[in-house]
Amino acid sequence: MTTTDVEVESPPRGLGPISWRRVLVTWLALPLSALAALLIGALLIIAFGANPLTGYHALLSGAFGGSYALASTAQKAVPLLLVAVGICIAVRASVWNIGGEGQIVAGALASTATALALPNLPAFLLIPLVVVVAAAGGAAWAGIAGFFKAYFNVNEILSTIMLNLVAVQVMNYLLSGPMINKSQSFAITGSIPQTRLLSEHSWLPTIVSGTQLNLGVVIAVAVAIGGYLLLWRTGFGFRIRAVGLSREAAAYSGMPVKRTIMSAMVLSGACCGIAGAVLVFGSISHRMVTDGSLTGFTGNDGFNGIVVALFGGLNPLWSILSAYLFGGLLVGGTSMQAVIGVPTDLVTTIEGLVVVFVVSIDYLRVRFRVQEEAQRLGQTKEAGPGGTGRSLLIKLARARP
Amino acid sequence: MSAFFTYAIVTATIASAIQYATPFLLAALGETLGQRSGVLNLGVDGIMLMGAFSCYYVALQTGSLLLGILVGMAVGAVMGFITAFMSVTLRAQQGISGIGVYIFGLGMSDLLFVKFVGTPLPVNPLPTVDIPLLSKIPAVGRMFFQQNLLIYLAFVLVPVLAFVLYHTNFGTRVLAVGENPAAADSVGINVARTRYITVVLGCMMAGLAGATLLLLDGIFQENLTQSAGFIAVALVYFGAWRPAGVMTGSLLYGVVTAVVLQWKSLGIIPTSAADLAATAPAVITILALVALAGRFKQPAALGKPYVRGA
Repeated sequence: MTTTDVEVESPPRGLGPISWRRVLVTWLALPLSALAALLIGALLIIAFGANPLTGYHALLSGAFGGSYALASTAQKAVPLLLVAVGICIAVRASVWNIGGEGQIVAGALASTATALALPNLPAFLLIPLVVVVAAAGGAAWAGIAGFFKAYFNVNEILSTIMLNLVAVQVMNYLLSGPMINKSQSFAITGSIPQTRLLSEHSWLPTIVSGTQLNLGVVIAVAVAIGGYLLLWRTGFGFRIRAVGLSREAAAYSGMPVKRTIMSAMVLSGACCGIAGAVLVFGSISHRMVTDGSLTGFTGNDGFNGIVVALFGGLNPLWSILSAYLFGGLLVGGTSMQAVIGVPTDLVTTIEGLVVVFVVSIDYLRVRFRVQEEAQRLGQTKEAGPGGTGRSLLIKLARARP
Repeated sequence: MSAFFTYAIVTATIASAIQYATPFLLAALGETLGQRSGVLNLGVDGIMLMGAFSCYYVALQTGSLLLGILVGMAVGAVMGFITAFMSVTLRAQQGISGIGVYIFGLGMSDLLFVKFVGTPLPVNPLPTVDIPLLSKIPAVGRMFFQQNLLIYLAFVLVPVLAFVLYHTNFGTRVLAVGENPAAADSVGINVARTRYITVVLGCMMAGLAGATLLLLDGIFQENLTQSAGFIAVALVYFGAWRPAGVMTGSLLYGVVTAVVLQWKSLGIIPTSAADLAATAPAVITILALVALAGRFKQPAALGKPYVRGA
């Protein structure tokens, strides 16, 4: 094979024994980083004087033991998955959307206002309407950051985080002012920042009786499949990925780079916005309610979704599994707290560690692929990540789903 | 409105604006140092939270604020070392590894707080130190020279950092590594070591910023920083990677925060709209980022891991 003949396929296998290193680096990297995070979590539990086995057992049975637990986990996973799909789309265009929190809030506020204004619309119209409005709300909020990124080159990580802060304050204002439930009684603590009970026509119907599992699950999985098809089966998705790999190369081949960045961000926000609608219309209280804190309404799902997307390899389909696992971690964390008295913050800590390990291990993966490719091309020079070999290999790695 | 312009209220507002600005300033100066060497650290908020909790816990247990502050800085340094290991040695994607550090710090600080403290008791605030003579100047003395030591320290660090960056060998190395690491490497500068030093020092300052924030109120709570660390990173962009610019941004942020709070307590802003008014600092930051984008060049190697010969 000559060096000019670069094929976009795996290097030949089957000769010699299985490369354990390859298996380790390509398939076990993500599970191993989760395991490492859980091990550190276990050490923390020991440091708190509790038994990690009891703790993790409580976590597992709380998350996956029995149909009710399984359904609760699925329910928790829905907003995580929706945000994760949004993150996948943005990051594939090399745009880091850290604004999931704000976009969830924007989508929830827009759709809640719609449901409050049109309570008598029949369910088959109202539910699709609120979902679409939520998507539009999230898209508009993300669009601000996308516009600034594309046309003014404003760092999107910073602008989306600022927009999170703005969105939460706007929500606190609306829920404790114009949108507040005026009929609630002023108890000792004062009024709760929440809307009145939303029209029954807007409630997401339960799909498994006896559990909380509702239509949100179907919506989330549909969005994940849609996101996958968009990224890998359409010209638009190809442009997103091309821009993500190299803005210069994409521009050189005549792609509308700015518009693609803007669209990726808008689509990403739309997914997060739908998550907002699910949090409102799929909730048990059937209202939009917060406690005035930054994460009072979202439950930090905008950040958790980032963890899910990374653990899902930035692939919407793998994110389904990833969201379910992290949903389990969050649901099970509560059971663990009840049994061994370690606060649920442990779950947040473990999530942070998962991100740290996943991004760290990525280096080993890239380096391994570079070495493999270098061998295949008969190069003697060792190319490290960051070199020209890297872009080629990332291209190879990302071209395949 | 006229009530706001009384002498006493204006001086009190400016004095508290300087207090609000200080944690942002400390964290942003540390971030400036790191970014000037080419490392984007987005974990500042998590590090501030850990610094704040460590300071709180140690001060609560030992009664020594100084020890608390030092431990807060030490915890910042340790997290800085981990950040540097990921960004420099493992060449991780810096935007997202920082988010990991943030989520870790967010969870860990509250985990330790709930587990080891539970019922929150306040620690003593830092004593105010009047600067001799200067504090006697009418108005100016009240605003600038009747503050605590950490506040003086933060503002003294502005010229210090500028001097270090622009007038020392170390500063030259930092700037070289941030602009063109390959060239720096070719003249014998150790790129990795330089970045480790800047990141660890920067995170130490983030830990100190957390401690300073804590000592304003003297009590820890979940997510105490409310994203202050991210705002600090934004202020570095706002200040165009120059210490004086970063200070201007921090002061502006402090003034807006203090004025909004003051207007709220005076009833100039109706209570119902207070939440809306609280968006002002974030909105101003976004607009400033847009207005300043492209005016100043960021360090050329910012966020890019260095690989020799690549």
